[in-house]
Amino acid sequence: MHCLSQIADAFRAAAPSCDDWSLRLVAEETEHLEVRQDVVEPSVLGRSLGAMVSIILGAGVGYAATSDLSARGLRDAAERAADWARVHARLGLFDAALVPRSRLRAEYRSPVREPWDGMPLADKLALLQHANRSLAIDDRILDWSAWLAYRRLEQLLVTSAGAHVSQVFESVHPGLLAVANAGNQTQRRHGGGADTGRQGGLEALALHGFLEEAPRVAEEAIALLEAPECPTQVCDLVLMPSQMTLQIHESIGHPLELDRILGDERNYAGTSFVTPAMFGHYRYGSDLLNVTFDPTVAGELASGVADDDGTPASREYLIRDGVLERPIGGRLSQARAALPGAACSRASGWERPPIDRMGNINLEPGAGSLTDLVARVEHGVLMDTNRSWSIDDSRNKFQFGCELGRLIEAGELKGLVRNPGYRGLSADFWRSLDGVGGREALEVGGVRNCGKGEPNQSIYVGHASPPCLFRRVAVFGGGE
Amino acid sequence: MSPDAFFALTEALCAGLSGTEILFCQLGGESSDFARLSQNRIRQAGHLQSATLGLSLLNGHRQAEAFCDLGGVPEQDLRTATGLLERLRERIPFVPEDPYLNYSMQARESLEQVGEGLPPAEAVMDLLVAEADGLDLVGIWASGSVCAGLGSSVGHRFWHESRSFNLDWSSYLQTDKALKCGYGGFRWEPDVLRAKVGDLRRGLEVMARPARVIQPGRYRAYLAPAALQELLALLAWGGFGLKDHRTHQSPLLKLVRAERGLAAGVNIQEEHVRGLMPRFTAEGFLKPDRVTLIEDGAFRDCLVDARTAREYGAEVNAAADVPESIAVGAGDLAMPDVLARLDTGLSIGNLWYCNWSDMNDCRMTGMTRFGTFWVEGGELVAPVEVMRFDDSLYHLLGERLEALTRERELILSPETYEGRSNASALLPGLLVSGIDLAL
Repeated sequence: MHCLSQIADAFRAAAPSCDDWSLRLVAEETEHLEVRQDVVEPSVLGRSLGAMVSIILGAGVGYAATSDLSARGLRDAAERAADWARVHARLGLFDAALVPRSRLRAEYRSPVREPWDGMPLADKLALLQHANRSLAIDDRILDWSAWLAYRRLEQLLVTSAGAHVSQVFESVHPGLLAVANAGNQTQRRHGGGADTGRQGGLEALALHGFLEEAPRVAEEAIALLEAPECPTQVCDLVLMPSQMTLQIHESIGHPLELDRILGDERNYAGTSFVTPAMFGHYRYGSDLLNVTFDPTVAGELASGVADDDGTPASREYLIRDGVLERPIGGRLSQARAALPGAACSRASGWERPPIDRMGNINLEPGAGSLTDLVARVEHGVLMDTNRSWSIDDSRNKFQFGCELGRLIEAGELKGLVRNPGYRGLSADFWRSLDGVGGREALEVGGVRNCGKGEPNQSIYVGHASPPCLFRRVAVFGGGE
Repeated sequence: MSPDAFFALTEALCAGLSGTEILFCQLGGESSDFARLSQNRIRQAGHLQSATLGLSLLNGHRQAEAFCDLGGVPEQDLRTATGLLERLRERIPFVPEDPYLNYSMQARESLEQVGEGLPPAEAVMDLLVAEADGLDLVGIWASGSVCAGLGSSVGHRFWHESRSFNLDWSSYLQTDKALKCGYGGFRWEPDVLRAKVGDLRRGLEVMARPARVIQPGRYRAYLAPAALQELLALLAWGGFGLKDHRTHQSPLLKLVRAERGLAAGVNIQEEHVRGLMPRFTAEGFLKPDRVTLIEDGAFRDCLVDARTAREYGAEVNAAADVPESIAVGAGDLAMPDVLARLDTGLSIGNLWYCNWSDMNDCRMTGMTRFGTFWVEGGELVAPVEVMRFDDSLYHLLGERLEALTRERELILSPETYEGRSNASALLPGLLVSGIDLAL
């Protein structure tokens, strides 16, 4: 445990002379354990501790991040931030009066049932060795791995206006990989939680059926070697929650980010086909499409009590009954765009300033089971587990690939197909949504490598979704 | 952090080792200014001071690793690192022997410092905003020093420090009609910036014409070096690492088996000697001057990091299994002749968001972005609305490759995910008889 409060108190006692300041302290602990091909890979412990100082001087705002948390180090950081605030006052895109000043006092702690330290290292390694052995079921499995990753991030935000927001985020990420090969065909299959994530502790192992999953993961990798290519055709498409995560992320989450709509990300992450004039009336999808920004879901990756500006978190509808309601923008972007938004100003760590980010972007459940959705398909394909993602800089023309496909004929699941992919336009795709599974089919997950920003930032975001049915989608398989 | 401070910390840590313990200490740090721009104004600007210490503790055939941030106050840093080292010492008995443990036991040392004094970032902002007046300029300025160090109880003493800048920007007309530009290096020359802004203004005159919408299909095309870099960045994802090859996960599996070939003029090397990265690996090995990856269209050698080298009985020739200083050999097509040789087709300035359609066949997809034009009769006619390609490198660098340009462009990576990158690429443009557009 780090004494973040003591550091904050010392900074406050020698607060810089300026109009407003904020100090965000972040202490991060990580651990990675992995067994590959029955060999224990080097374990890696990580410890990070640093501060982000933000200074407002007149019309300007600047920041400085440092791992030197001594009184002199923080003073130097504040002075450098002030230097940039003076430049921003002369050349800035907006007046610093728009920068939010939080007075929030709040605390948050991830729900953890089985603490990471509750299992000795030797037991964790034994578990991984067991899972790893369970993947090696056939000579065609050429590579196989099992891993466990842990992350604990403690953050304290204090401001000159009186904010004191303390949050502790904790998560455990297990994963399995089996690589099968026959001739020129190689298939990779992930499982055991590899393609998702939630806050919490070692209960993630049971949640993802870590040990039980291993044989299935390997068997599917081998079965895919012999499966026919996914047909190239226009047909109905059922996406499992693992792929819905990616579909929501790329073609709803990113295009609704307000900083993209404002143009800040055009040089790198891109812009958006969504314009400010669309909010309130644009039909984003069919009536079945209901999407929320929801930081209140227990255990979802981006749940918390506030964002990194100290804006209190609350559940908001982004799309209701298919109609676009609000963008994903923090208070600064809201003020610049004169649009509503969400508590979504987030940074990847102490060394980066917050920007507009997805939090938990969830597709609200409809009714019925996966079987019910499949029963409504005369001729189609089901796809599971993302393996490839590509979308244009306006977040419209997309092409995604999955690890596993399965044909659907006359309302029933049939055989596997390999190398399945599909492509379309975001603006059309969500209007072809014709079935949304019920709460019993809902899965809470997310992605842990959402990249954006200059300088670059990679961050955790949550997504929850049931399986969904889309009509008349262009699908295809592999080959040159 | 200075090299003296880092090596003093290393020596203090090594002094506390006992018995058969061996310690390798790695340092990565930066002191950087970042200024984001949008609409030719500063969107967000600040400074970063960071230093991360990596520790690898070996004892017999066992090892454990850790990393932590350093603040720069020597006594505090030593306490932090000593505490972490003790954590590693506690866990070593619980980890099994590692058959792939591979560290250099030959003491070596070098000190390399690259780059000159840089102008204050604030002054660059004043100049840039003035020069780009009237343009909708968006992007980022990054500048300062980046350092990497390695010290060990074996006696390694390596230090690499570069002072550099990277201005990565684009200029927009409306929606996604834009041109991309970059200026990075070690010596700041205001006249180079002025020239680049001038070129940008002239390019935007063509970009301002009504965009042409083209249909999916196969098009004759010229891909600029920046577009080739995007293809190679994806190919690097499993394309050249020895482990990926031995486990048949390489997208170049058919090339390795000589079932497919690339055009005879395709030569790809990892040029450690030209690159801007440290010449040492985290395990204390020295990188060779270069590794030939593809020679005359045939696969030649893989990149081999220390751990993979021990696993497969190979020589260490890289710090990682992905290229960091890649170079593609030049061809004979002069840049000024590109459009005439293309005649009619697409001039693709950049690609974006490439990913695999099917790795088994080296088939990629991605989008056109920035500076893509329709060309007729060797003249730029109009910008083209963004299109998705879906094609195999076996075609684009194989039977459909008509020429590589004689001139090559040195592209310095603007990436900053894991700190400011020193990766670079030296690349020609390529003329192809066809690229398949799917959407």
